[in-house]
Amino acid sequence: MATMATPLPPTAELTYGDVNRDIIRTLDPPGRGWFLGMAVVLTGLAIGAFSWLRQLKYGLGVTGYTPPIFWGTYITTFVFWVGIAHSGTLISAILFLFRSGWRSAVYRAAEAMTVFAVMTAGLFPVLHLGRAWFAYWVAPYPNIRGLWSNFRSPLVWDIFAISTYFTVSATFLVMGLIPDVAAIRDQATGWRRKVYSVLSFGWRNSNTEWRHFMRMYLFLAALSTPLVLSVHSVVSWDFAMGIVPGWHATIFAPYFVAGAIFSGCGMVITILVPLRKAFKLERYLTVRHFENLAKLCLLTSTIVGYAYFTEYFIAWYGGNRFEQDTFYNRAFGDYWWATWTMITCNVFIPLVLWSKKVRTNIAALFVISIFINIGMWFERFVIIVTSLAHEFEPWQWAYYKPNWVELGILLGSFCWFSMWFMLFIKFFPAMAITEIKEALPPPGRTHHAGGH
Amino acid sequence: MGTPPVVSLASGVVGVFGTLDATLLALKELKAKGYAGLTVYSPTPQHELEEVLDEPVSPVRMFTLVGALTGCAFGFYYAIGTSLDWELITGGKPIVALPPYVVIGFECTILIGALATVAGMFLNARLPKLRKAAGYDPRFSADKFGIVAYGGPAQVAGAERIMLDAGAEEVRGV
Repeated sequence: MATMATPLPPTAELTYGDVNRDIIRTLDPPGRGWFLGMAVVLTGLAIGAFSWLRQLKYGLGVTGYTPPIFWGTYITTFVFWVGIAHSGTLISAILFLFRSGWRSAVYRAAEAMTVFAVMTAGLFPVLHLGRAWFAYWVAPYPNIRGLWSNFRSPLVWDIFAISTYFTVSATFLVMGLIPDVAAIRDQATGWRRKVYSVLSFGWRNSNTEWRHFMRMYLFLAALSTPLVLSVHSVVSWDFAMGIVPGWHATIFAPYFVAGAIFSGCGMVITILVPLRKAFKLERYLTVRHFENLAKLCLLTSTIVGYAYFTEYFIAWYGGNRFEQDTFYNRAFGDYWWATWTMITCNVFIPLVLWSKKVRTNIAALFVISIFINIGMWFERFVIIVTSLAHEFEPWQWAYYKPNWVELGILLGSFCWFSMWFMLFIKFFPAMAITEIKEALPPPGRTHHAGGH
Repeated sequence: MGTPPVVSLASGVVGVFGTLDATLLALKELKAKGYAGLTVYSPTPQHELEEVLDEPVSPVRMFTLVGALTGCAFGFYYAIGTSLDWELITGGKPIVALPPYVVIGFECTILIGALATVAGMFLNARLPKLRKAAGYDPRFSADKFGIVAYGGPAQVAGAERIMLDAGAEEVRGV
């Protein structure tokens, strides 16, 4: 709730009543397009479920794992989804603290995306375990096995980081929804009114409620900000703490955080473009919002590009034979196609965002965002697989490629994510009613401030 | 705008305002006349209303501080305590290796701090509310503002006059 948010440009000319009406309208019973989309998503999810059932029945042998490469598509996709989750909290928390007014129209969808992306990421460690029914063994609780979590292991840090991230992000999302759910409740009738009454916790927009709510929101943002930066740092240490060539680098934490924000912003664009079209939200999601997201993508793309360059430079300059060989192999060896896909999608294609014409062309941004999603999945694939495929001694070298079981589960993960998002936008406002109102002049006043 | 309500039997009165300025005017006047315990409803938080109400800073921040410190202490205690309890040397590292435990301590600081902050908001704002709030109108979550004032019959009549003079669209007893 950005009470000091910079107002939208005067061209918006919206009133509080318009905002209420237009955003609550998005919760109307779904049309044919939504059901069709859901049917596609559920079909993909069924393919994922079938693939997983096959793996449960026959074991991890049904995957494409090739010794010594036992971290493949699952860990790649896990890191990908954790990365996607990052821009949600960046937009919610960090931009809130910086008082960036434009966040108000996009942050709810980004926050929901964060929560569902972490829910998707959370499936992969379990999928990767193989014997999923023993997943609870990794949880630290008193047991008779004589084993206890090794707190010196980055994998355990990861459990703490991601579960904290999920809890705090979900809390942030739910808390931000309370005043909006109350607004929906007040317009609803029948059973919907009863449901939204419960979900609004009896919120009444009183001065006492706002006073404590605003303080809570500020501190949640303040706590979430270092959390965003820490989570992908911790994920990067899953790799950087190992001595595998291509992983053991101090640059990994900032490199991963920048990459996560890059991919997250890309995914926000991918989601918002169809959302805007489907709900006719052009007055709320303006070209300026997309341009700002594009600028964030451009910034983080250059950081990621710099990180790629630094990795290669240090591999050469460091003089470590294994490191040099790993990086040479990445660019010109068996996995050249993955590496160049990554570089093309993450470094070269986003260069077109230097052009304002491209940044303000929503169709172009949508296409670029798809390339960013692809590129960032490949970045994790390159880091994980090419390093394991080309370790210290030639007899360890191998070639892994995902098979249909893993690709089925990868597809299922996108559909799982999409299913939750599609359900969310039909039950809750995909845009923050209260915050959009805050960015407008209050009733009885006209716009006196310019844009920004 | 409506018919003046029968305030003599009511213990309070609610005014519905269409603009922030009218709300501020009525609120300032009510405060100046010594009305205490005013409740103001607004579709969004407004700094100008807060300034007039001049309420103390929310104690939610103390919940955050205590929660975060508790979380930090718990994180370190959990990692150190259980490592000492289940001694197992790995990688030649000491049983209690503080640098990696900073991660656990940090995450627990954030987690417990955030949950305590939310608990602080719920406790202080008295949520969840199971009963209807006095004078609440569904329009207050859309585009109207509201002020509820309490008092004896004379005070209630005075409050009603102040609200109408300030430009209330509607005044009724609660």
